[in-house]
Amino acid sequence: GKGRAPPALSARPAQFPGLADVSVPQDIPVEGEITVPVGSPSPDEDFSTLDEPVRDTIMRDLKAVGKKFVHVLYPRKSSALLRDWDLWGPLVLCVSLALMLQGGSADSKDDGGPQFAEVFVIIWFGAVVITLNSKLLGGTISFFQSLCVLGYCVLPLTVAMLLCRLVLLLGSGTGAFVLRLLVVLAMFAWSTLASTAFLADSQPPSRRALAVYPIFLFYFVISWMILTFTPQ
Amino acid sequence: MAAADDLKFQEFDDAANLLAANPDATTISIDEPSEIPKNQHSRRQEPGREEDDELLGTDDSDKTELLAGQKKSAPFWTFEYYQTFFDVDTYQVLDRIKGSVFPVPGKNFVRLYIRSNPDLYGPFWICATLVFTIAVSGNLSNFFIHLGKPTYHYVPQFRKVSIAATTIYAYAWLVPLALWGFLMWRNSKVMNIVSYSFLEIVCVYGYSLFIYIPTAILWIIPQKVVRWVLMVFSLCLSGSVLVMTFWPAVRDDNRRIAFATVGTILLLHALLSVGCLAYFFDAPEQDFLAPIIPAPIIPAHNGTTVITKSH
Repeated sequence: GKGRAPPALSARPAQFPGLADVSVPQDIPVEGEITVPVGSPSPDEDFSTLDEPVRDTIMRDLKAVGKKFVHVLYPRKSSALLRDWDLWGPLVLCVSLALMLQGGSADSKDDGGPQFAEVFVIIWFGAVVITLNSKLLGGTISFFQSLCVLGYCVLPLTVAMLLCRLVLLLGSGTGAFVLRLLVVLAMFAWSTLASTAFLADSQPPSRRALAVYPIFLFYFVISWMILTFTPQ
Repeated sequence: MAAADDLKFQEFDDAANLLAANPDATTISIDEPSEIPKNQHSRRQEPGREEDDELLGTDDSDKTELLAGQKKSAPFWTFEYYQTFFDVDTYQVLDRIKGSVFPVPGKNFVRLYIRSNPDLYGPFWICATLVFTIAVSGNLSNFFIHLGKPTYHYVPQFRKVSIAATTIYAYAWLVPLALWGFLMWRNSKVMNIVSYSFLEIVCVYGYSLFIYIPTAILWIIPQKVVRWVLMVFSLCLSGSVLVMTFWPAVRDDNRRIAFATVGTILLLHALLSVGCLAYFFDAPEQDFLAPIIPAPIIPAHNGTTVITKSH
């Protein structure tokens, strides 16, 4: 329990008039325990998440993820992406992108597009390698913060994939290809600029280009996979 | 109030003695061009430059010995150990790339650019870029070659990325390993002046592959002559970097072994580029779809076919 001193019952003749009601009489010992709450919080504290309805828990996480999506679309200094990192958003984006890249020319030989596992591995392994690279170069960002930023910045490219599939439903001529090319280029630039805006500041200025180039390569590869997607 | 002693004028020891007393103190060394020969002088007397720094007490460079020893003193299971391999700035990486693309005859790439500081950033990311450049360029060039044909259906050929990655990373890491082992073995038999550490060899190989990135992009042009000219040109450039690096390391050896070593290095390099060109880029001006008729078939008047043979 918390330590509480018993309230002053009788006051000494006041030498310090204003302090009469805070002075502790000498004949009543002050005792108690002071413990630092470790592990499970005590039941009467009201931010325990065990007692709230499941809907509240889920909505809170969904709102956090949604807030980060907005921050990626309009990149500016955001503590939400950096300090309160989470990996739900990147997971959702990666899975949806990998699923949308399926259903390509299903030759089932070596000539097809990337399989689900290949997309998944490229995105996560690529993000881990870029994070390790920036930490080895002396960056100050933490491992999961960097993973979080790189994963969330895949959002514009996922939108591009969605738009490409819609365009491909309408037609697959040269005009459609040019449209897809422009969309993918624009989203690639958006992704790269968004993630650079978040990650470049954590590097010493003499190595900033060394840390930014792998990010460029990463989004270039993902854009290439999106652009070359051809349905059966 | 400060003690009276603190205000008295004191003599401070020589910098070298101070450093000897406290080897872990951080120091700043200003590199001058005259320092470099001193480094080489100390290198000759120090066979290995790994974590156990042997202070040989050479006459002019005990400070550089201490600093060289401090650089890689973290144990290999800590993160700081690997950070020492990424201790390069942007301009240094760009300088090393420039040195590999424009080799100066007679100047050793390792001695000129890397001697102080081999890095793993360059080799790793140049290989990664090369993998994706070859895969993407190969795909694009195949697309342009087969563009007009009515039966052609574009395929992304994504499996080739994994093959490219395996090949290039194996070349850039296993060949240096083999070469390093071979050089160490020869060093035990013949005393060589010049010896390279494993990381320096990896560095040279990594940076020498840089010229293939623009070459792969230009290989999209579907002309056989252009492709072969480009290949020979880039092979000469990167081969010369390798030769100028490794010739001083083997020239004191038996003549035939020296030539065989350098020849093998060049042969493997040529195999890599020829293999990449052949596998990832379809041959231009070759018609896959029209069948070749071996001989004219003349239908005889009684319904049987006779194939004429030409003498």
